[in-house]
Amino acid sequence: MSVDVDSGLAVEITGLKKSFGTLDVLKGIDVRVNRGDVVCIIGPSGSGKSTLLRCVNLLEEPTGGKIVVNGVELTDPDVDIDAARTRIGMVFQSFNLFSHLNVLNNLMVAQRKVLKRDAKQAQEVALRNLARVGLSDKVNAMPGQLSGGQQQRVAIARALSMDPDVMLFDEPTSALDPELVGDVLGVMRQLADEGMTMLVVTHEMQFAREVADRVLFMDGGYVVEEGPAEQVIGAPQHERTQSFLARVLDPTHQGPSST
Amino acid sequence: MALSKRQRAKAFRMSQYALLVVVAVVLAFVADWNEIQRSFFNLDIAAEMFPNVITVALTNTLIYTALGFAFGLALGLILALMKLSPVAPYRWLATIYIEFFRGVPALLVFIALSFGVPLAFGLQFDIYSTVMLALGIVGAAYMAETIRAGIQAVPKGQIEAARSLGMSHGRTLLTVVIPQAFRIILPPLTNELILLTKDSSLIYIIGLARDQYELTKFGRETLSRSPSLTPILVVGLCYLIITLPLGHLSRYLERRTGGKKISTPESTGLGVSA
Ligand SMILES: Nc1ncnc2c1ncn2[C@@H]1O[C@H](COP(=O)(O)OP(=O)(O)OP(=O)(O)O)[C@@H](O)[C@H]1O
Ligand SMILES: [Mg+2]
Repeated sequence: MSVDVDSGLAVEITGLKKSFGTLDVLKGIDVRVNRGDVVCIIGPSGSGKSTLLRCVNLLEEPTGGKIVVNGVELTDPDVDIDAARTRIGMVFQSFNLFSHLNVLNNLMVAQRKVLKRDAKQAQEVALRNLARVGLSDKVNAMPGQLSGGQQQRVAIARALSMDPDVMLFDEPTSALDPELVGDVLGVMRQLADEGMTMLVVTHEMQFAREVADRVLFMDGGYVVEEGPAEQVIGAPQHERTQSFLARVLDPTHQGPSST
Repeated sequence: MALSKRQRAKAFRMSQYALLVVVAVVLAFVADWNEIQRSFFNLDIAAEMFPNVITVALTNTLIYTALGFAFGLALGLILALMKLSPVAPYRWLATIYIEFFRGVPALLVFIALSFGVPLAFGLQFDIYSTVMLALGIVGAAYMAETIRAGIQAVPKGQIEAARSLGMSHGRTLLTVVIPQAFRIILPPLTNELILLTKDSSLIYIIGLARDQYELTKFGRETLSRSPSLTPILVVGLCYLIITLPLGHLSRYLERRTGGKKISTPESTGLGVSA
């Protein structure tokens, strides 16, 4: 297990393969994310975006290839995956707040049980991060009492409370009513401005354009096209990227589909 | 003159009420009221049972049931986790246990425990341990399946969230899965408690000293001294004192956790002074 903190790389994925039974979902993915960069992953449904993201904290076990996050090789069979995961925040499409705990305890439980922080410190960190997402007034609310947008912001604050080096977002706004999307994207934008390294699977092209340092377009288990947002979204080179973007950006006037 | 559908339904219902009244009247005439009063409602015998029926019998029933339930719950949780284990022999063992103890009458288990074990192993348990084991061993078999279902009903996303925060498998189980599972299964678990309360009547087979009597044994004992069913009626009412509130509790919990929401708006007691 090599720890190589000096390199500017936060995430290094090499030759990543993942199959579910006979279904090959990822067929050889290479991704490098520099420290402080925001990388957005776009692509059609079923192209393996979530699977890729979930491999980055080993929620899915890769079938092949190598994943290094902050100098720790996660694909090393002897890695302490629980310790590694505390440095990698994950935000899910469906929020997944602990439904039996109130907001404060959602933010404190892993700090206490995993990082072994004392109650005072854990609470301080929790309240600071709750303020960061603009929900200081919800400390004692139960998840079920919050709107989707509020739940997702709490989920972001929960991940941030572990002081992660990298944040993974899997379609964080896809389950939200349109009027609530802006709040969550606002929090993510602010996080990006503060220099957080982020991998974001999203269908929010406007967000990708404005915030992403780089955009990856995935299709059929490969990264088909990759580059600065202006290039991949603004002037896609690959035919599959073009047809995907045509469908996403102007869904009512779909051109003749190629696939 | 044809009746409408509603009128026909009404007429049918009225005829049912009429039948019930007729049956009640006939029974009232046929029954020997003096005899019934003597056998069921003998207040002298009932009065004689107090206060022991409460201080000894009801109390012991509660203690035995609580002991059996506590042990059964712990064992049931272990069995449920074994049943969900990736280790196949654990699953087999749990399945065999559950199928066996659900399949044989509880009375047989109690007999085996109270007579067989001391013979076979030379072990002599005290009364509380024996009762705890007997009721718990049987109760665990039923509770295990309930707990397993509860654990499986915890959404997968909850587990993934916990793991992504760095919680180990065991920590996730303790902190997230089991608390949520128990919220889901509180109503059926309360029903298991009712069944166990009634099953505690079977431990008379173990052989109890006078101050160890639970309700049924106490009732039978009183019965053998006084030729009236009054004692049985009295202890029956005592069981209802326990089981009726539990039944209401179970239905209340079911209503509260009903629907898909598991979360409840209760405070976890961690106040914030910020
Ligand atoms: N646990 C699993 N078991 C079997 N197949 C799976 C599993 N998870 C994902 N898949 C399959 O892998 C493929 C890629 O899924 P994935 O969720 O990564 O796609 P996605 O790009 O995130 O799609 P979407 O935009 O709809 O979220 C799909 O065909 C999916 O059915
Ligand atoms: Mg997905």
